[in-house]
Amino acid sequence: MNTNPSVVRHHIISVLVENKPGVLARVSGLFARRGYNIFSLAVAPTDDDRRSRITIVVDVESAPLEQIVKQLDKLINVLEIDELAPGDAVERELLLATVESPQATRQTFAVQVEVAGARILDAGDDTVTVSLEGTPDELDQFALLLATHPVVALQRTGRVALPKIG
Amino acid sequence: MKTNGGAALIKALELEGVDVMFGLPGGAILPVYDPIIDSPIRHILVRHEQGAGHMAEGYAHATGRPGVAMVTSGPAATNIITPLADAYMDSIPMVVITGQVGTAGIGTDAFQEVDTVGITRSITKHNELVTRAQDIPRIVREAFHIATTGRPGPVLIDIPKDLVDPTNPNSALDWYWPDSVDLPGYNPRLDGDPELIEAAARLILAAERPILYAGGGILKARAAEALLALAEMLDIPVVTTLMARGAMPDDHPLCLGMPGMHGNYTAVTAMQESDLLIALGSRFDDRVTGKLDGFAANAKIIHVDIDPAELGKVRRPDVGITGDCRLVITEMINALKILGGADKQPDRSAWKSTISGWQEKFPLTYVQSEPGDLLKPQFVLEQLRDNTPDDCIVASGVGQHQMWTAQYWKFNHPYTWINSGGLGTMGFAVPAAIGAKVGRPDRMVWAVDGDGCFQMTAQELVTAAAERIPVKIAILNNAYLGMVRQWQEMFYEERYSEVYLSPDLPDYKMWAESMGCVGMRVESPEDVLPAIQRANEVDDRPVVIDFRTDAREKVFPMVPSGKSNSDIVVGPEDYR
Repeated sequence: MNTNPSVVRHHIISVLVENKPGVLARVSGLFARRGYNIFSLAVAPTDDDRRSRITIVVDVESAPLEQIVKQLDKLINVLEIDELAPGDAVERELLLATVESPQATRQTFAVQVEVAGARILDAGDDTVTVSLEGTPDELDQFALLLATHPVVALQRTGRVALPKIG
Repeated sequence: MKTNGGAALIKALELEGVDVMFGLPGGAILPVYDPIIDSPIRHILVRHEQGAGHMAEGYAHATGRPGVAMVTSGPAATNIITPLADAYMDSIPMVVITGQVGTAGIGTDAFQEVDTVGITRSITKHNELVTRAQDIPRIVREAFHIATTGRPGPVLIDIPKDLVDPTNPNSALDWYWPDSVDLPGYNPRLDGDPELIEAAARLILAAERPILYAGGGILKARAAEALLALAEMLDIPVVTTLMARGAMPDDHPLCLGMPGMHGNYTAVTAMQESDLLIALGSRFDDRVTGKLDGFAANAKIIHVDIDPAELGKVRRPDVGITGDCRLVITEMINALKILGGADKQPDRSAWKSTISGWQEKFPLTYVQSEPGDLLKPQFVLEQLRDNTPDDCIVASGVGQHQMWTAQYWKFNHPYTWINSGGLGTMGFAVPAAIGAKVGRPDRMVWAVDGDGCFQMTAQELVTAAAERIPVKIAILNNAYLGMVRQWQEMFYEERYSEVYLSPDLPDYKMWAESMGCVGMRVESPEDVLPAIQRANEVDDRPVVIDFRTDAREKVFPMVPSGKSNSDIVVGPEDYR
């Protein structure tokens, strides 16, 4: 099975829910009970703090989306569901990583970071924390670059997405 | 008006029209049991919380009104899990109230604490942990609305003790009663899309071998009359699934009876050979379809269901209509009339005569026992069927006795058949029959039970005796877990593993008597009728009859698990 994130065909489900305790568990439970893995998940309140938006990325090969979406729609606390096929959505994600970067090569690394459009947020004697906001593909590329250094910790937020307007 | 959460809860139940609730008190729910003393709501004290849940289900099945059960936290909540799952699978409107430890204790592994909303999330239509006493009237109002509208189902309300205890300031609230519910994410669609209804009508008028495939949704939607009107208008035969028995009268010439794994040959085969299945409130359950890729292979599908998630879940419909069965059928009849009605149909006399040929050739049969042998279960059921009122309510447990009852009973009225279809819950019969009798005291209520099932929930006969609820129980006692025995005989080379129960241990007659019931034992055919007649005359306490039946008897026809419905085994002579 190919688990390379850039090759597996992903689908985005954007779910508008009531901002209440237990709602995320209801939503994620529908995936878990069918044995489907959620690739990434991002949740936060919307402009209306009574509502949250959950952005779920799933591997379409393994999950029969139609049934899951219909089951999601049955949850009382779910208000709206958008299925976003790749290409139909504006997607963004944030990556934070702390990597080893000795002083001797720090200058070169800083240039690489800048070229990738990332930023150095924090720096110590031997390590540097960087961040990149971008499309999932850009983050994948950046993660490959970082992997040439020993990575202390790497964290991605999972993507958020909205339908394309143009 | 100042009040407290416990009093508000009971008042809210009264305003929802609750006349009876089934329950058992305990620590966390204790404060709610105090205002019950002053409430007109009848509370029936069960002996096990599972009994409360199944009684609420039986009540809902028989009356169409939501069943209500109330139990305490922890083990009481886990004991009512099975009825919740059962009600969820069979779309039974039910509201269950569980006590919970005080809000400060939640998450501390307090005495009798479990995560009730977490445990029940996937087996309820909705559940809610109350966090403020002020929310209680609103949450009760919403719970009944959700349980009874759209696709019905169980709703659980979990209430921490401090919110209902009048001595605790957390229980204080200003009383109110919401005029309406505000649930922006919940809008069940009732009326069908007119274009789809017209498309369905056209398919029906073009079909040469149509079958109406009626499911439990017909009963939930109070659509039995509409179904009958549709069937008669176009002269189309109807099969009624296990959950829909009684939705079309069995004595009607268009009713073919039950399809599925133990359906009769005609119902199974008519679906198999049809060119159009009109699925109404049915869900293509595996017990109906058999091996899916061999199911009604040449049939187009019209699927009507109030739950859009059912459309295409198992079999992709040619026309899928989301809506309430009663409304959609009524709209469909109008659309059919506009298109010319029955006159525009092809001549279906060949199809009709093929069907009546099957009925003649493959009736349900069994061989009556030799003198001195054990009773045939089918014979007992025929006697029971023929010597009870036409509108008698019959409940069953799960297993062979359930299938024989579904096959041999004549269900001529809706809401006379109460059983556990989806979950297949052994032990369902006794408490469900009690709940049904509470809801319909004017009707005679019989439970047909197996000996294995009876042992799981028999203690509720104590409840029935104490509350003077005169249900009647026919145990088809073959001393075995009969359905498992049947599978071991047919598919495990007669290697019987852990299925023998003994006919005499327990002594069912003495057990019944010790629980305040009339107990009888019947061993020979000539004693069957007198025992039934005697049972029918008892009106002040429950009756239990221990019918000693032949363990070698198997349920036929049978579509073996994993086989296509075309491989139906008609009788014992067929499978060897």
